[in-house]
Amino acid sequence: MKNRRDTLKHSAVVAAILASAGLLPTTVFAEFNKTAFEAKNLAEVLKATGAKGAPTESTDVTITAPDIAENGAVVPLGASTTLAGVKQILILVEKNPSALVAMFNMTDSIEANVSTRAKMGQSSDVYAVAVMNDGRTLFAKKEVKVTLGGCGG
Amino acid sequence: MADPMRIRAQVAGNNATVRVLMNHEMESGQRKDTAGKLIPAWHITEVMATHNGKSVVTAEWGPAVSKNPFIQFTVKGAKAGDKIGVTWKDNKGDTRTDEAVVS
Repeated sequence: MKNRRDTLKHSAVVAAILASAGLLPTTVFAEFNKTAFEAKNLAEVLKATGAKGAPTESTDVTITAPDIAENGAVVPLGASTTLAGVKQILILVEKNPSALVAMFNMTDSIEANVSTRAKMGQSSDVYAVAVMNDGRTLFAKKEVKVTLGGCGG
Repeated sequence: MADPMRIRAQVAGNNATVRVLMNHEMESGQRKDTAGKLIPAWHITEVMATHNGKSVVTAEWGPAVSKNPFIQFTVKGAKAGDKIGVTWKDNKGDTRTDEAVVS
């Protein structure tokens, strides 16, 4: 029967193997950007994520959102762009307690088209922001009316 | 351990559309319980997706992502039989990985 010390040693070895193979998720995950998720508006979020360049509204970025969301707890939001060289896609809801909903770090193996579902406290503008590899920051916005809020009790 | 995710990956032309439905409470930290005390935030903070073991997209989420989160993305050049893996981690340190085969 193995004693505790052996078990510990073995698990350390296994962890090292996994890490070297890039299989251990913690080594791949980026550090959770707390500042960005506490920011109140687009400018603060961009500052916290380190995006440079003033955000410009662009028709190359598309936001998919309903005109009216009956239930603010589940609002389908999508962001996409036709441009190549996207580094990050951000989804923001302006009037939520913290504006940033989700931040996607893109690679070349994926199309610049992601969608998810968000909670919205009240009717607000929603933003889809594409941070490009060349430093440009492009966004599209759309107003979504919420009939029943999803952030409070 | 949290409940399993539902992952569906379907070939669409040269790419594969991946849809993921996770099981998570996604407590926002804004709500109050019956005693009027704030319920602490409990939500997924990081998501990672892999295609045949290679990381294709990572995401950071705030508490504003809906309960039982859904995401959709398109993996370029994925064929039938390829493996799509999705891992999430929440702010309590819980984590879960699930895998699906592209069909």
